[in-house]
Amino acid sequence: MAVAATLAEAPPEITLDNLLASPRGRDLLTCIQCGTCAGTCPYGDVMDWPPRRIIGMLREGLIEEVLASDSLLFCVTCYACMAKCPRGLRLTEVLLPLVKEQTFVRLPDVPAELQKALTNTLRYGNPQGESAKKRAAWIPSAGVPVRVLSADPRPVDVLWFVECYTAFHPRGQDNCRATAKVLHALGVDFAVLGSEEKCAGECARLAGETGLFETLTDANLKVFGKYTFNRIVTSGAHAYDALTHVYPSRGLAAPVEHTTPYFARQLAALKPLLTKKLGYTVTYHDSCVLGRHSGMYDEPRRLLQALPGVKLVEMTHNRINSTCCGGGGGGMWLDTFFKAKGQERLADRRVREAVATGADVLAVSCPYEVSRFEDSLKVLGYEKKMVVRDVVELLAEALGGPEGGAQ
Amino acid sequence: MNTLVLMKMVPDTVEELEIAPDGKSLDVEAVRPIVSERDDHALEQALLLKDKHGGTVTVVALESRDVDEVLFTALAKGADRAVKVAAGDAMLTAAETAALLAKVLPAVPNLLPAQLIVSGCQAIDDLDGVVAPSLAERLQLPYLGIVTGVEVAADGGRATVYKEYAGGTRGRYVVCLPAVLGVQAAEKPPRYVPVAKVRATMKAKTIECVEAPARDEASLLEIAAMTKPQAAGRAEMLEGSPEEVASKVAEILSSRGLA
Repeated sequence: MAVAATLAEAPPEITLDNLLASPRGRDLLTCIQCGTCAGTCPYGDVMDWPPRRIIGMLREGLIEEVLASDSLLFCVTCYACMAKCPRGLRLTEVLLPLVKEQTFVRLPDVPAELQKALTNTLRYGNPQGESAKKRAAWIPSAGVPVRVLSADPRPVDVLWFVECYTAFHPRGQDNCRATAKVLHALGVDFAVLGSEEKCAGECARLAGETGLFETLTDANLKVFGKYTFNRIVTSGAHAYDALTHVYPSRGLAAPVEHTTPYFARQLAALKPLLTKKLGYTVTYHDSCVLGRHSGMYDEPRRLLQALPGVKLVEMTHNRINSTCCGGGGGGMWLDTFFKAKGQERLADRRVREAVATGADVLAVSCPYEVSRFEDSLKVLGYEKKMVVRDVVELLAEALGGPEGGAQ
Repeated sequence: MNTLVLMKMVPDTVEELEIAPDGKSLDVEAVRPIVSERDDHALEQALLLKDKHGGTVTVVALESRDVDEVLFTALAKGADRAVKVAAGDAMLTAAETAALLAKVLPAVPNLLPAQLIVSGCQAIDDLDGVVAPSLAERLQLPYLGIVTGVEVAADGGRATVYKEYAGGTRGRYVVCLPAVLGVQAAEKPPRYVPVAKVRATMKAKTIECVEAPARDEASLLEIAAMTKPQAAGRAEMLEGSPEEVASKVAEILSSRGLA
């Protein structure tokens, strides 16, 4: 019933051609051309066509000129323009993905790293090109029991959607083990999909590869349909974004949470378990999708402040003003493209600001940020000054016991 | 400029390979086929020539699991025609494949003569790169392998073909067409085609199927055994801090007269 209701509410498909005829598109006509979007955009100064100019060209019927440029590959879908627009235009949700999709199909050459990631995601269900069979390879090292639904398909409370960088990246797997420990400590009934899970596809969609996103959505929805669960909790901030903002229009009816706010919601039960004094000064980086797009600024901070022996300090740009790590919208695989255009990695910019706080831990809630910021710390020579930890890794460490969390 | 591209599926080594119970072949159930990487380059080279000179590109592959997806992807990238050869389930050796293709290709309507027949110069299950030169021999056409670039003369009668040699040298050959080329790498990396375009191609285009004639030649080679490499267990893991590991490495090198 819930599925049918969600589908019935789905609007007719909006394309760039019919955009201005749709209610959300008509809003674009109210743009006052103030340029706040271009000013707040992390790459606004290097784009041929920042959002303000795109709207101007669209209104004049000159959008083809915009689509002929690869300039929108610089859009890392950080939601800054949308969050700051004084007219409240849904730039990152509506306009920019449509323009990017058309830019993408017109690209004479898709940048090599992005092409590899997309090809891998289509074939293996993850951008790294790992065998799908290895998606659950971290489980034996978790130290706590983790149920895989294909082996034990009984109904479960929490379907934990692990996501690619968490499941396959060595540092992501630290997050997996930490999440499993915290879920176990809270006595949560949880299970994972193992090799049946595929990339949620958010970055494929926002890189402009919407056909790939649909393929992944169909596959994941089919697997969700095989099992009975009350909610989805995901470690992927971008997966959370796709599962909450796009999957419902394609039929997903279950509630979806991200691990950080999910644990924050259970802080009363969690707090007595957080017994180990950590002794860290921590600064928190707001991920664009959890922060600006979903307004979850307080949840990670509440968790960090509940950790014994942790002092939380803020970067100059925090909450709605947080600056992007550059990994969204396909940016994860465009570092070489950005560099070839003479641009700095946004993660480098962010890490400088984090180090300036004097903190020794940079806490994050998005699995992309671990590798992006760790790379920047190494490149900038700050690797002895600061480490990157997911908020959930810090929670697991504070549970005490050997190796941060065994009960 | 009409080009024929021969494509084949090979085992995807991202997955663990398993030996079949007969001890002479791969367990095909456990293997997931993927298009041979160099064949993908051969297709790209053909498409680049079409972009430059016009004409047609036809892709030909032996029937195999997942091959339809590869052929539709080739059509979506710009190939004009896709032909699938049904040759039964038997795993063919490279020489048998060449013999089969030499028989099948002339029998397919409007396929030959093509000015160029291109394929990968090697595949992970054909490291000797036998298919393309054997086919050339049987079709009585010239063959050039390890190709990294092709230019076709304006009249379409000759092609200039580039090969890379060791030590940073490059060879330039002129060959009369028609000819068979074994491509090592196209002049550009294989192009990306959006998934939506492949899906649309699946609806709009069809793959032609042709039956292979009965094979009457047996291979002169037989696989005696296939095994996984034996783990020798000789690697010694050095433990300790980076400084300790470094001094152990230095000791080992000097004790063996290497430093």
